[in-house]
Amino acid sequence: MSAEGLSAAAARLSRAPRARRLGRLDPSAFVFAICALILLGLVGLPLFWLAVSALTDKAGRPSLVNFERLFTDPTLLAPLRISLIVASCVGSISTLVAAPIAWIVARSDMPGRGLIRVLITASFVTPPFLGAIAWEVLAAPNSGLINVWYRALNDLPPFVHFVDIYSIEGLIFVDCCYAFPFVFVLIANALDRIPADMEDAAAVLGAPAWRIIATITLPLALPAILAGALIAFLRSLTLFGTPAILALPAGFHTITTKIWSLFQYPPNPGLAAAASLPLLAATVVLLKAQSWILGRRGYVVLGGRAGSTRRVELGHWGWAALGLCLFVLCFPVFLPYFALVKGALTKTLAEPLSVENLTLRHVRFVFFEFSPTRLALRNTLLFAFVSATLGTALALVVSYVANRKAVFGHSVLGFLATAPIAVPGIVLGVGMFIAYTRGPVVLYGTMWVMIIAYVTIELPGAYQQLKSAFTGVAHELEEAGRVLGAGRVRTLRDITAPLLRTGVITAWCFIFIGVMRELSAAIMLFTAETKVLPVVIYDLNESGDLGAISVLGLMLLLVTLAITFVANRLPGFGASATGTK
Amino acid sequence: MRDWRQHRPASLAFAAALSAFVSCGASALPQAIPVTPDLVEAARKEGKVSFYTSVDVEVAEKVAAAFKAKYPGVDVLVERAGSERVFQRVEQERLANINNADVVNSSDAAHYIIWQREGLLAPYVPEDVAAYYQNNADPEGYYATWRATLSPIGYNTKYVKRADAPKSFADLLNPKWKGMMVKGHPGYSGTILTATFEISRDLGWDYLQKLAQQKVMQVQSSTEPPKKVALGERPIMADGNEYNLFTLKEAGQPVDVIYPTEGTPFIASPSAVMAKAPHPNAARLFQSFLFTPETQQLLIDVGGLRSLHPKAQEHAGRTPLNEIKLMRDDPAAVVDKVDEIKANYAKYFGT
Repeated sequence: MSAEGLSAAAARLSRAPRARRLGRLDPSAFVFAICALILLGLVGLPLFWLAVSALTDKAGRPSLVNFERLFTDPTLLAPLRISLIVASCVGSISTLVAAPIAWIVARSDMPGRGLIRVLITASFVTPPFLGAIAWEVLAAPNSGLINVWYRALNDLPPFVHFVDIYSIEGLIFVDCCYAFPFVFVLIANALDRIPADMEDAAAVLGAPAWRIIATITLPLALPAILAGALIAFLRSLTLFGTPAILALPAGFHTITTKIWSLFQYPPNPGLAAAASLPLLAATVVLLKAQSWILGRRGYVVLGGRAGSTRRVELGHWGWAALGLCLFVLCFPVFLPYFALVKGALTKTLAEPLSVENLTLRHVRFVFFEFSPTRLALRNTLLFAFVSATLGTALALVVSYVANRKAVFGHSVLGFLATAPIAVPGIVLGVGMFIAYTRGPVVLYGTMWVMIIAYVTIELPGAYQQLKSAFTGVAHELEEAGRVLGAGRVRTLRDITAPLLRTGVITAWCFIFIGVMRELSAAIMLFTAETKVLPVVIYDLNESGDLGAISVLGLMLLLVTLAITFVANRLPGFGASATGTK
Repeated sequence: MRDWRQHRPASLAFAAALSAFVSCGASALPQAIPVTPDLVEAARKEGKVSFYTSVDVEVAEKVAAAFKAKYPGVDVLVERAGSERVFQRVEQERLANINNADVVNSSDAAHYIIWQREGLLAPYVPEDVAAYYQNNADPEGYYATWRATLSPIGYNTKYVKRADAPKSFADLLNPKWKGMMVKGHPGYSGTILTATFEISRDLGWDYLQKLAQQKVMQVQSSTEPPKKVALGERPIMADGNEYNLFTLKEAGQPVDVIYPTEGTPFIASPSAVMAKAPHPNAARLFQSFLFTPETQQLLIDVGGLRSLHPKAQEHAGRTPLNEIKLMRDDPAAVVDKVDEIKANYAKYFGT
């Protein structure tokens, strides 16, 4: 940078803003400073302690011994390799399935496309660990319902099986089921936004549908498709619940279950921290790669501007397409929920449904005998409400600042709010455990450590949500408010906030659902008093109590759906905000 | 740790080790502290007891319900997880100086040696322990064996006939059982850790290495293999626990127990009051309750467990403990071997 450039920049930095800020005491600057500190603390503190503990030996001296072990110990290298294989497969397969379905739903006149969107939302609400347990019930090699049906249909002897969920393929399959809705939503939303003008032009010029797709729609949607594949890859790489349930019976570890096992006695938090860092590094690199690939093709993140989209007429093929969508939805939605309902109401899962096999024993056990139920339900709801409210408030302020470029350093705030996306839940759990079990503030054991974890994990999603909502609100209205003498906070309250209702509700629901399905950080941070439903379900799975799990899982799902429904129907708020990302 | 007189000695070494038990067990326990109306009242004021346990969750809730029926006004919060995870929780909470647990029960008796060393336990001798558990309690009164179980072989009677079922651990290495077995994991379950220790000591790691070649399905808790066998997911259980096999069998499920000819691993599961229990009176009341003949009988009848209380009656239809050849437990040795056991296990079984 030239000398003039430097001095000009220095002048800009020092003179204008400072003069303005000192001249008029703007309380908002203070609020923003606090936000920046909070964000820095949320993300920085756990990562700082993670790095410290990875770089010290058991005696607390600086050392590289943990990394040495990480890169030489085969019991650590094998899980890393397996995780990469699984994540690559999940990234590609779930995108290959989600992209056509997203196109059908967003761009064709298929009958029942609204219903398909709603059902995919239902699979978004399903916690992945619950889906994994349901798939155990369905596809365990001998007791799995699908294998039982397969043997009955083909008159085969016991122990011949069709599918085995306890395998790498099984893990990939279940991961795909629950990565699919994320990819779908990303691609479908992008397709909603791509203007139809060019497709129309091609159609007028006589191009057949497949050619329009190949030469126009696909290239335009490619950034969203890549982003979807990447999200699926990262989710799978950092997922804890599904491998914790499926990998152990299959006899292997993924990197996340391995990290968790390092906390077994004798615990080795240093090695766990070191093993977390490749996950962190991979996430950062991939997100960088994504923004590099997307470059300036910004329409993926741009909101608003819903032009009229042209729908491809499918004719009779519409019903075939609907059949395909419903078939795909068997795997994340219909079959697992059938398995859970059966598990909740029958004595022996593998036996066929019959009057003798029906029982309310599991329901009674969960609600009247099992002592953690009430506490865990109360905790889960409380934490979800508080996290959603605090998280939305924080995301709101940050996205306002970042969007309106209100203070110097706004881009840093935006970066900090997005940074947690690069920190896998289990890594954050390890970091927070190390950070908050020591002074000055021991938060471990209180509800606040859980809430901080939830807010941190869900913040990037809520922030993205609100940032695009702000893009749709015109500057002029705010500026009018400022001109008329209202402070920034008041403008925000009286003008911007009402215009943002839908975005706010969406962000709130997003965090709320996120808390209800979060296991990987919670499993590191809970104590007896702060136990939440996902952890209770995980504990029950450890001892194989499938009936109780089914009842609790269905309860978790119904509560989540009911609350997101109510939130979306509150008087004065917009509808259609459930579960979009 | 346990009453040797109930068991048939397996070898000379076994008998010699037992005499060592007798000599330390014979020393008098500290004074018993009886349950007084004052203690009950103080417990009621505290209103709650937090019970960390590794026993099957249904059994734990039944014990809790019996306690609440006897002492209304004192609630029991059951925190159930595998022993090794109970231990992990207690360690994490100790590091953070959190005192949540009142009474702790783990199936890895070695944990109590470590906890006592760390000063986590409070000495407390209930009346029943003083009267009947001289040989099955810590001489200084920090803990006593609340329950016991075995880790036998189990099988599903629908798929395997008694005559065809394996008779010994060695039989499990037969290729016909490849892919047919389920077992627990010593990283999560104290019962399995103890059983793995006893088996590796008596049969050698060689046996476990060969077992690992049999494509054994692994689950976490020792309570799960019996459930997977009952479900028909695998017809044979290579390790797990005896009490869930009993309760499932008596509930009409198609499972049965086999005591392997080499001996069956014996697992003592002590209970102790925490030194910094948040509800110290309720904790003592609950610990006393755990060792009463009624609770011990409940463990046997409803839980399928073994009791070391001489007043508790063996259950009809189950093989009495003194007719079973047992592998000896040795918590003090487990303390030193735990790293080796887990490392070897990870090497052979991959998890």
